[in-house]
Amino acid sequence: MYEILRKETLSDAVKLMVVSAPAVARKAQPGQFVIVRTDEYGERIPLTIADFDAEAGTITIILQEAGKSTLQMGRMQQGEAFATFTGPLGHPTEIACFGTVVCVGGGVGIAPVYPIARALRDAGNAVISIIGARNRELLFWEDRMRDVSDELIVCTDDGSYGRKSLVTGPLKEILEQRRHEIARIWAIGPAIMMKFVSLTTEPYGVATIVSLNTIMIDGTGMCGGCRVVLEEGAQFVCVDGPEFDGHKVDWDILLARQRFYQEEERAAIRRWEHICRLQHAAAEGG
Amino acid sequence: MPGLTQRQRMSIPRQGMPEQDPQVRSANFDEVALGFTEELAKREADRCIQCARPHCVEGCPVGVLIPEFLSALRDGDMLGAVRAMKVNNSLAAVCGRVCPQEVQCEQTCVLARKGEPVAIGRLERYVGDYELARRTCPLQRAPATGKQVAVVGSGPAGLACAVDVARQGHRVVLFESLHSAGGVLVYGIPEFRLPKSVVRGEIDYAAECLGIEVRVDHVIGRILTTQELIEEYDAVFLGTGAGLPSFLRIPGINLNGVMSANEFLTRVNLMKAYRFPEYDTPVRVGRRVAVVGAGNVAMDAARCSLRLQRLRSLSASESGDEVHVVYRRSRVEVPARAEEVHHAEQEGVIFDFLTSPVEILGDASLGVAGMRCIRMVLGEPDSSGRRRPVPVQGSEFEIDVDTVIFALGTSPNPLVFLGSPGLERTKWGTVVADEQTGRTTVRGVWAGGDVVTGAATVVSAMGAGRRAAADIVGYLQDVPETW
Ligand SMILES: Cc1cc2nc3c(=O)[nH]c(=O)nc-3n(C[C@H](O)[C@H](O)[C@H](O)COP(=O)(O)OP(=O)(O)OC[C@H]3O[C@@H](n4cnc5c(N)ncnc54)[C@H](O)[C@@H]3O)c2cc1C
Ligand SMILES: Cc1cc2nc3c(=O)[nH]c(=O)nc-3n(C[C@H](O)[C@H](O)[C@H](O)COP(=O)(O)OP(=O)(O)OC[C@H]3O[C@@H](n4cnc5c(N)ncnc54)[C@H](O)[C@@H]3O)c2cc1C
Ligand code: SF4
Ligand code: SF4
Ligand code: FES
Repeated sequence: MYEILRKETLSDAVKLMVVSAPAVARKAQPGQFVIVRTDEYGERIPLTIADFDAEAGTITIILQEAGKSTLQMGRMQQGEAFATFTGPLGHPTEIACFGTVVCVGGGVGIAPVYPIARALRDAGNAVISIIGARNRELLFWEDRMRDVSDELIVCTDDGSYGRKSLVTGPLKEILEQRRHEIARIWAIGPAIMMKFVSLTTEPYGVATIVSLNTIMIDGTGMCGGCRVVLEEGAQFVCVDGPEFDGHKVDWDILLARQRFYQEEERAAIRRWEHICRLQHAAAEGG
Repeated sequence: MPGLTQRQRMSIPRQGMPEQDPQVRSANFDEVALGFTEELAKREADRCIQCARPHCVEGCPVGVLIPEFLSALRDGDMLGAVRAMKVNNSLAAVCGRVCPQEVQCEQTCVLARKGEPVAIGRLERYVGDYELARRTCPLQRAPATGKQVAVVGSGPAGLACAVDVARQGHRVVLFESLHSAGGVLVYGIPEFRLPKSVVRGEIDYAAECLGIEVRVDHVIGRILTTQELIEEYDAVFLGTGAGLPSFLRIPGINLNGVMSANEFLTRVNLMKAYRFPEYDTPVRVGRRVAVVGAGNVAMDAARCSLRLQRLRSLSASESGDEVHVVYRRSRVEVPARAEEVHHAEQEGVIFDFLTSPVEILGDASLGVAGMRCIRMVLGEPDSSGRRRPVPVQGSEFEIDVDTVIFALGTSPNPLVFLGSPGLERTKWGTVVADEQTGRTTVRGVWAGGDVVTGAATVVSAMGAGRRAAADIVGYLQDVPETW
């Protein structure tokens, strides 16, 4: 069992947890992920390693409550434990001194982009970061990102904080003005964001790396459920990725595959909320 | 009964296995074969004529002491039967259920020459189940030696190796990447053929009796490399199986609703999706399912699909649900066990022989809208000796399906080799290992089971695990100069 040592609420629906997993922490590198299961009944949920501390033996995860499983995880408290916490999975980010790089984090994607930005900066790169969310409430880690960036641009879709823009707005400006400085771009966030970032950068020919969040089960290459279609054919995100060249990804298939179990997910949430209400009522009554 | 003559024994008919009715069972995931009663078991055991040179044993890849366990069984000495069984088989309740006995022990039983062989598998299951329920625990552990062995992969190969090594007093740590030990026994073979409580029972039992430490959630190659295991342990056994799925290279394979049998079966078995939403992992089967391939894996996928459809229609009164097995050769060449094909047909699975998919058709939302196939005829035999299927020009046609499951065979998962140079592999990705000893090209590393042979059987994997264990035990006693 993997104990939750600390829990922090970053926003209503975004929770940070520091989990005890010494063997995973010893090997973790930026760009990798873990697979987490709450209990005997739980799904295997992939979550990015948002931070790690080999000495303390901990992994930090950040989860956005989206479906039944993440909602349930979000309710877990310090002292409780996950049944499964497997990792580190996937290839680490290729870290080198490229020159000037841009790191784009959207929504909960700010979490996985942070250790990458930090490692890139430590490797001697000039790091420009753009973080964005739907609104101020959903934004987090501005301070951390500022610490590891030479330049930080913050935006919200609704303008409630920072610049009123999608992340692609400032990105395009940077490319227009300084195309020849920018060696590489990382973009992590919702698939639709990564798609539009890739479309934005393509005309400028700047290598754009995205970290794909497909549906997964085992996370070891055994099921093929996580496959994506690239120009060169299908690949498995869990073992061949999770990072890929954004210009080669077939985004339409990816987006469709992410939606495959939407109906079931909705049914699961309804059932779970119903059970929660019953438990709540029983607790009140007793 | 001890007093029967040989003639009397040979006149007893082979006892049938009580089974759930096909109509009933195709709408549940409970075990199909219900198991022998004590009376049936004794009657069947009475059929064995206790050959002086028992050919049945030669047909068993792990050399189960068949006449010994059968003789104890018919004398009503259950403890004796268990003890005889455990000498060479630590997974009797599993093997008794899933071994292809008709081509192994039962094929070589002398009674098979003139009539029907002793139902060795069914009796093995009976003994295994008896022991699981009572836990007399005859496995003995030698005094601790201070040596330690890492076993990677908890399928039949790894388990069999772990048991034999631990018995000799060595400390064994079993590493498994999934959250549950058992390999294909837990993620692949469905509940209705092999209840997961049986697998778990067998593993917990062996682990408890012998003090084997099982570390789940450990993907070797990531959390630790094989190289690190070599440095930390006195010996390393790789039993990581052949778990990598393959897809046909045809248009449309990445549409929604196209899955590998591994994904489908893992959702259903390991994650218990047939009990969604009680369990969180969903699985989607449509109204019309095509399973491509005709091995045991395909039969399992087809029979699971059928059950999911029927479970759904119990509440929604749907009809028109169908499950097809699409196979490019004919019935004669079907690689699945005859019993599995028979069960599948009984339950209502439809077989489309001499049919090969050429394209999966998509709809606007990138779901499956149908499958274009081509008719085949059998031509000259190929290198495997089977007649080669040849497409019939201009015979293309469409079948109406919304779910396609590929059950086309698998190859070893390369993750375990990450960061461990020197391990020689074949062009099929299997590990090069000595057939008798399991030694690989790296000193201190053994391998066996599907990772060496490619997809095979439970008991052949166990046999490989045991041969490697014997060699490991010898090696640890007196570490040789040369490898
Ligand atoms: C590599 C990776 C790791 C992940 N790890 C985790 C994890 O650890 N925990 C977790 O819970 N989930 C994780 N996810 C899941 C996933 O990120 C979230 O479910 C998803 O981001 C939804 O977030 P959101 O609702 O905050 O997005 P939104 O708030 O809807 O959008 C976030 C940002 O995306 C941009 N955006 C949205 N639409 C567009 C568009 N059309 N064009 C341009 N920009 C757009 C906006 O600028 C906005 O600022 C991961 C995803 C990835 C890619
Ligand atoms: C659906 C299906 C039905 C079958 N039906 C039958 C049948 O009826 N009868 C029969 O005899 N045979 C059957 N087989 C074949 C049989 O199950 C296999 O031949 C047998 O399980 C092989 O055993 P193994 O120990 O070599 O590998 P596996 O059972 O595959 O076990 C390997 C284990 O290693 C783990 N692993 C892999 N990589 C790593 C890693 N890097 N780190 C840690 N762990 C790792 C895997 O998760 C797995 O648990 C069937 C197979 C399938 C798929
Ligand atoms: S292990 Fe399998 S092959 Fe061997 S005796 Fe038992 S059923 Fe027969
Ligand atoms: S060959 Fe058949 S009859 Fe002879 S000992 Fe074996 S099981 Fe009994
Ligand atoms: S999650 Fe199963 S292969 Fe990637």
